[in-house]
Amino acid sequence: MELLSGELEVEKHVKYILSVEKNKDSFESVTMEHLRMNGAYWGLTTLDLLDKLEIVDQDEVISWVMQCQHESGGFAGNIDHDPHILYTLSAVQVLALFNKLDVLDIDRLSDYICGLQNEDGSFSGDIWGEVDTRFSYIAICCLSLLHRLDKINTEKAVEYIVSCQNLDGGFGCTPGGESHAGQIFCCVGALAITGSLYHIDKDLLGWWLCERQLVQSGGMNGRPEKLPDVCYSWWVLSSLILIDRVHWIDKAKLARFILGCQDKENGGISDRPDDAVDVFHTYFGVAGLSLLEYPGLKAIDPAYALPVDVINKIFFGRK
Amino acid sequence: MSSDEEEEERIPISERKEWLDVKPIPQDEGLNPVVPIAYRDDFRETMDYFRAVYLSDERSPRSFYLTTEAIHFNPGNYTVWHFRRLVLESLGVNLHDELNFIESIAKVNSKNYQIWHHRRWVAEKLGTEVVKAELDFTKKILFLDAKNYHAWSHRQWVLQALGGWEDELDYCQKLLEEDIFNNSAWNQRYFVVTRSPILGGLEVMRESEVKYTVDAILSNPENESPWRYLRGLYKGDTSSFIQDPEISSMFLKVLKTKNNYVFALSLLLDLVCHGFELNEEFKEAVEPLRPSQPDPPESNFAIIICSVLETIDPLRSNYWTWRKSNVTS
Repeated sequence: MELLSGELEVEKHVKYILSVEKNKDSFESVTMEHLRMNGAYWGLTTLDLLDKLEIVDQDEVISWVMQCQHESGGFAGNIDHDPHILYTLSAVQVLALFNKLDVLDIDRLSDYICGLQNEDGSFSGDIWGEVDTRFSYIAICCLSLLHRLDKINTEKAVEYIVSCQNLDGGFGCTPGGESHAGQIFCCVGALAITGSLYHIDKDLLGWWLCERQLVQSGGMNGRPEKLPDVCYSWWVLSSLILIDRVHWIDKAKLARFILGCQDKENGGISDRPDDAVDVFHTYFGVAGLSLLEYPGLKAIDPAYALPVDVINKIFFGRK
Repeated sequence: MSSDEEEEERIPISERKEWLDVKPIPQDEGLNPVVPIAYRDDFRETMDYFRAVYLSDERSPRSFYLTTEAIHFNPGNYTVWHFRRLVLESLGVNLHDELNFIESIAKVNSKNYQIWHHRRWVAEKLGTEVVKAELDFTKKILFLDAKNYHAWSHRQWVLQALGGWEDELDYCQKLLEEDIFNNSAWNQRYFVVTRSPILGGLEVMRESEVKYTVDAILSNPENESPWRYLRGLYKGDTSSFIQDPEISSMFLKVLKTKNNYVFALSLLLDLVCHGFELNEEFKEAVEPLRPSQPDPPESNFAIIICSVLETIDPLRSNYWTWRKSNVTS
């Protein structure tokens, strides 16, 4: 099945992303205020994948990002909010997009993250103690980008993640938790970054993951017997790539599904065809298409969820 | 504050006597706001007043009430929940009332991480006295959405931290009766069978669980969940799996319907690769399923099964081709 590059509405999606920031009355703007940092990451990464990042005023963004840093070293979702590991990663990722990680006090930030590791190796989201394998991924991804992975107890971190592995080869949010593609991405990504993929039975997990593709729609679900959602195009796909099993799905059909979730009039991508669009799904749709090597998109790193050229600068560029 | 009260006319905070001494603080957007934000006026006003008490760290009843209002507008705002917890602790608010509040919000925002985390924080403080309340609460949410990941996660925490295992297997049973396709309920069933301190563990439970699962498979062989559950029951013990006559009979029944046999064939393939010998009855059941464009003459049934799967599950044909290449003659 041939993919026509004309099918992705690049200009409309760019316009949509910029409008979300500027539309004063949108429900999305109103309810997203406290997680603006995540929104910035989703929007800006999408723009970069579409090779349109230069439209954005880099200095304004960076200035705003830095205003979101707390004295603890962690970042908040917006100015005058509290720090949380979720927004800390997004802040670092946004700075990475602009190749400005050097504006950070890296040691202070690393200390914040290290402080969130628990005795059993797991990570809390913030001072209130919520534990979830999402936070393990965030800590490991973030510290790796800052070349400070050695600051945490990596062995224990990996041990905890492995304890969340289920018999079907998948991972849940905590030990015994139902295997879920989002949690699987976090665990596989974290294991990949720490060089610990040998803990995974790639054939078993690969099969569970490729079974997420639904016959009728070509889209992916996150768990057995659930509906497809564009965001799983990222989580399932990146996981499959990290364990070298992506050829077990029908890539063309998945790409068709993602393209079918676009709002071709107003831009943006939704969770499934004909639903309302949002920045979150727009990012995951474009990122998924990038992993599928859709023509005209920049390549994205499946573990770090940042464009490959950004990752190359961080790991292979001049310091 | 119940949802009924919300529908009554809201008095702007600036007109409320008890707030006259406070100067609301608007969102700081800097000189050239990167992300200009607009609110409906009520929401904006609530957040402006919230910002004032948050920045002055006022831990008073009116602050507490304000967080309630802010949460009603936008329960995703984690800073509001954070401050609410600080105020709760300072004031020594009745935590049972707090559980009721959380329940009212959760029912309309059941996938919100902040709400679930807050619930756990409160429940943890109250301890074992709220075991029943927590199980009842998750039950109510699961009644609205039986696959809600947060609810299941909370329920697993409750069982392990506070107890209450007695009726859990029955609860899974009930949910599966309502929807045999509920993967979360199957997962919870496995959780209970393997971790409940009352039931005796997997070995003890295996026989009855196999019977239950086989029945589920026979009624809906296209259901992915019981197939996975079945594998889980035999974790690591393929030889028992192979020897179980209930399993053989189940396979034959599904294959003979010539319908919905993808999962049956896939599990059969795994067993054959582990040494399961197909008798004549099996071979006769698989033969009619072979694709109309036959392979070159083939006597290796593992390869035959792979060919069938390649044809009937083309979405994953690369996977089945790979399985075929791995079959040793």
